[in-house]
Amino acid sequence: MNAAGTAWIGGIVRSFGSDRTRLMDIVTAVQHQFGYVSDEAVQSLATDLGIHPVEIEEMVSFYAFFDRQERGRNRIRLSNTPISVMKGARDVARAFEEALGIRLGETTADGAFTLQWTSDIGLADQEPAALVNGIPLAALTPEDAPLILAALRQAGDPSALPAYPPSAADAARLPNAPIRSSLVQAGPLLGGSPDKAAGLRAALALTPEAVIDEITASKLRGRGGAGFPTGLKWRLTRKATGVEHYIACNADEGEPGTFKDRLLLSEFPDLVFDGMSVAGYALGARTGLLYLRGEYAYMWDDLQRVLRERRSLGLLGTGIGGKAGFDFDIRIQLGAGAYICGEESSLLESLEGKRGSPRDRPPFPTERGYLGQPTAIDNVETLVCATRIMEKGAAWFASFGTKESTGTKLMCVSGDCERPGIYETPFGITINELLDLVGAPDAQYVQFSGPSGQAVAPKDFGRRIAYEDLSTGGSTMIFGPNRDVLDIALQFSAFFVDESCGWCPPCRVGTTLLKQGMEKIVAGRATLADLASTEALANTVLRMSRCGLGQTAPNPILTTMRSFPEIYESRLASADFEPLVPLQDALRAAVQVQGRDPVKDGA
Amino acid sequence: MVAESFSFTIDGIVVQARPGQSVLQACDEAGIYIPRLCHHPDLAPSGACRVCTCRINGRNSAACVTPAAPGMVIENDTPLLTADRRAVIEMLFVEGNHPCPYCVASGDCELQALGYRLGMVAPVQPYQWPGRPIDATHPDIALDHDRCILCARCIEASRMQDGKSVFGFAGRGIAMRLNVDAAGGLGDTQMAAIDKAASVCPVACIVIKRGSYRIPNGERRFDKAPIGSDIEARRARPTP
Amino acid sequence: MSATLVKHAKPTLATCALTGCFGCHMSLLDIDERILELVDLVDLDVSPFDDKKAFDRPVDVGFIEGGCSNEYNVRELREFRKHCRILVSVGACAINGGVPAMRNTISLRDCLDAVYLHGVSLQGDGVIPNDEDLPLLLDRVYPSHEVVKIDYFLPGCPPSGDALWEGLKALLIGNKPDLPYLLCKYE
Repeated sequence: MNAAGTAWIGGIVRSFGSDRTRLMDIVTAVQHQFGYVSDEAVQSLATDLGIHPVEIEEMVSFYAFFDRQERGRNRIRLSNTPISVMKGARDVARAFEEALGIRLGETTADGAFTLQWTSDIGLADQEPAALVNGIPLAALTPEDAPLILAALRQAGDPSALPAYPPSAADAARLPNAPIRSSLVQAGPLLGGSPDKAAGLRAALALTPEAVIDEITASKLRGRGGAGFPTGLKWRLTRKATGVEHYIACNADEGEPGTFKDRLLLSEFPDLVFDGMSVAGYALGARTGLLYLRGEYAYMWDDLQRVLRERRSLGLLGTGIGGKAGFDFDIRIQLGAGAYICGEESSLLESLEGKRGSPRDRPPFPTERGYLGQPTAIDNVETLVCATRIMEKGAAWFASFGTKESTGTKLMCVSGDCERPGIYETPFGITINELLDLVGAPDAQYVQFSGPSGQAVAPKDFGRRIAYEDLSTGGSTMIFGPNRDVLDIALQFSAFFVDESCGWCPPCRVGTTLLKQGMEKIVAGRATLADLASTEALANTVLRMSRCGLGQTAPNPILTTMRSFPEIYESRLASADFEPLVPLQDALRAAVQVQGRDPVKDGA
Repeated sequence: MVAESFSFTIDGIVVQARPGQSVLQACDEAGIYIPRLCHHPDLAPSGACRVCTCRINGRNSAACVTPAAPGMVIENDTPLLTADRRAVIEMLFVEGNHPCPYCVASGDCELQALGYRLGMVAPVQPYQWPGRPIDATHPDIALDHDRCILCARCIEASRMQDGKSVFGFAGRGIAMRLNVDAAGGLGDTQMAAIDKAASVCPVACIVIKRGSYRIPNGERRFDKAPIGSDIEARRARPTP
Repeated sequence: MSATLVKHAKPTLATCALTGCFGCHMSLLDIDERILELVDLVDLDVSPFDDKKAFDRPVDVGFIEGGCSNEYNVRELREFRKHCRILVSVGACAINGGVPAMRNTISLRDCLDAVYLHGVSLQGDGVIPNDEDLPLLLDRVYPSHEVVKIDYFLPGCPPSGDALWEGLKALLIGNKPDLPYLLCKYE
């Protein structure tokens, strides 16, 4: 890196106040200015921030969207999920490989393109999908690959790096963009055309305590799936002493099969920001933080425009709504490709510019969260609910759903069904009712609430979608009669290997061992003893892992074992022992090196 | 003013604790050993290894990072917890390369000692055989990444006690590695053999050169008695 | 695993040395005067000690020394599994590959190249031996339990004579060979 580069980095660091807690923004800027974060850049960042290079490296190397080696100027990231695969992602990948003359994971010799897989990008209803220089392209076919490449080659200066976050103008140059709306069925939450600040205005007519009372009365619970009562979370946060209080909105929607936050942020951003403002008022916060997953960087411009608009309308800023002392604004923090950052304590670490490794609790974020201050972290959908509760009242909200699960839920439906997309349904409907709604009469099973949730077999389709029965973050992946349950469980196991943060051995090592166990099972080489040891290992990972990721990573295996024991049984090896590696595989390297065959058995 | 002490029970034994103590600290004082690996008495707990996981009020939690609280009901020495802890130790054995026969730490290694204590005769999970180069760039200290179990002790010690930040992690998940604060290796860092970070490694990842066999095999910390025996010796007799 | 012993006058013991150093076998001899007792306790079947090469009857206990580094090792280990009621992995090499497994982090080609083609002690052009009598090497050294079902493990490098003695005695009376703290050592 030359002197100009060093000076540029110095400028970026200064523009963020030489504040190391803003390292996510700083490194994002460096990544996209230079195409990667070089050794010199690490050194430069460390010097400018007054910290050690090893601390920069620790953070940079954690995130999938930061590179320490130079890669292609254009980045093609293909969504790799069981849904994308069954919709043809592997054919699309092959088409790109052929058109570029490289394999997945490689960079073309001219440095123009890097092709790789990535975890779910929030487009399960329109797979196969990809992020191309951050721009989402959906419903891809192999025929699209050359057209996309041609468009990229024509776009602007071929030696320049694409702008990041990408703009709408960048997107317009590519085929298959824009993506279509995912909303199929709106309900009370998303119906009508709400004005920009109905929730906030209603809230400002009350005291902050009364706002919390109203939220509590509505019995609103967290929409990420854990179902913590929102009123109680806000009360705890408000009550906790701190120099500052924060509201953080968790838009790190990484659970495969979930895409409701994408819908809410792209089509209903005011409902989200209004909800954050309501929470800010209720908590006594001056700053709201929207943690936006790196995969959604393409929303950056639009969201910033909405924020500017809200500022100009006096909905953000000082003395909001004429209320002296209510000063509140919102900052968007872009993530960089890490599923774990959807875990609330990892999200806080990432917000502070660190690796997204979870924290031990206690203390809980409501006491000590962002920068050690009381912080409420709420799901995007939860905050939209809060907006509507303020606008229409707790009683209105509680009139939908069940006793324990008030309101409606945004169900993200994908896979083998006629009408994938987002359905707003009241809590309490059965899986059967949902399957009728989306047109999936012959589902073999439903992966409910994502890979971290459970595989639900037809015998349980009468169960209800509600915190008191089947709790969910919304992901609903439907698998038809011809799908291979075990292969899907293996793919989900591989997902957790990719996304484990590495901090604790049960998850770091356990997820890899579980994936290897599943590989043997899928290959039909597992014995009953192998099955038992995989199950035992899965339970250890579940019991011993530090955070929700490890504690749920075994679920795709354990819940399919429970729901489909007969499928596992039918795939068992007939022998009573199968070696870890078949002998012919173990000998392949020697056969190649020595150019002769192994001695036949019995020879 | 002396803060008021309180009590909780672990495996049915009543333990006295003071506010501010972790479950693990209180149990150590009372002479009850909770198996642990990443924890070091001179360092802030990191909760990394999860070996000290106990069933605390019905939930699995790491004892090193769980504040002791009045009336807690804790299970520690149960067949299930022992099996789970053993499985975690086994995972560490197969994750790295841990050849006890030719390792300088044998007999003095906390990973090995926990294997013995928890009843691991031999790891049976598939060995991963990662390729991890040795860093021999430092004149006085060898860094053998094969042995590293990513416990974070050296990172914490170097940052908080030596004020040097010689160590950090790099990468994530199964690819995570210990990293040093110089592209040229440990020899290019500020590390010195007298640093706290050089003395806290529970295995033989950080080894001070030329001192390894001063104490012969057979006379090392865990050769004669299981790890934790020193803590258990504090407990004169069971609480009636 | 059924621990019922085959009906012979005396229980039978087979041993083999796969890829290892023969140290575990030496250690079995290192039981001093108890070796006389051993002779009374068991009949040795296939073993380097008596040079019996092939099984002709079922055997009660098989001791495996060494890991599997080549196709012959695998074949011999499978033979042992086929004929031994109880199969025991003895020592570090059988349990995790031991010293020979140092090559496991390097590909087979790199390993052979380094040794035979550009090793520092080579004079002139080297060649990778390729006689048809040489067994093909496996891609890495496998512990025995990754190749066949193993019933018990006796760790150590080598396990001490006492450990082997105690372990064997336990097996012969139908018990698990649980070693006391001072005898159970990985090194």
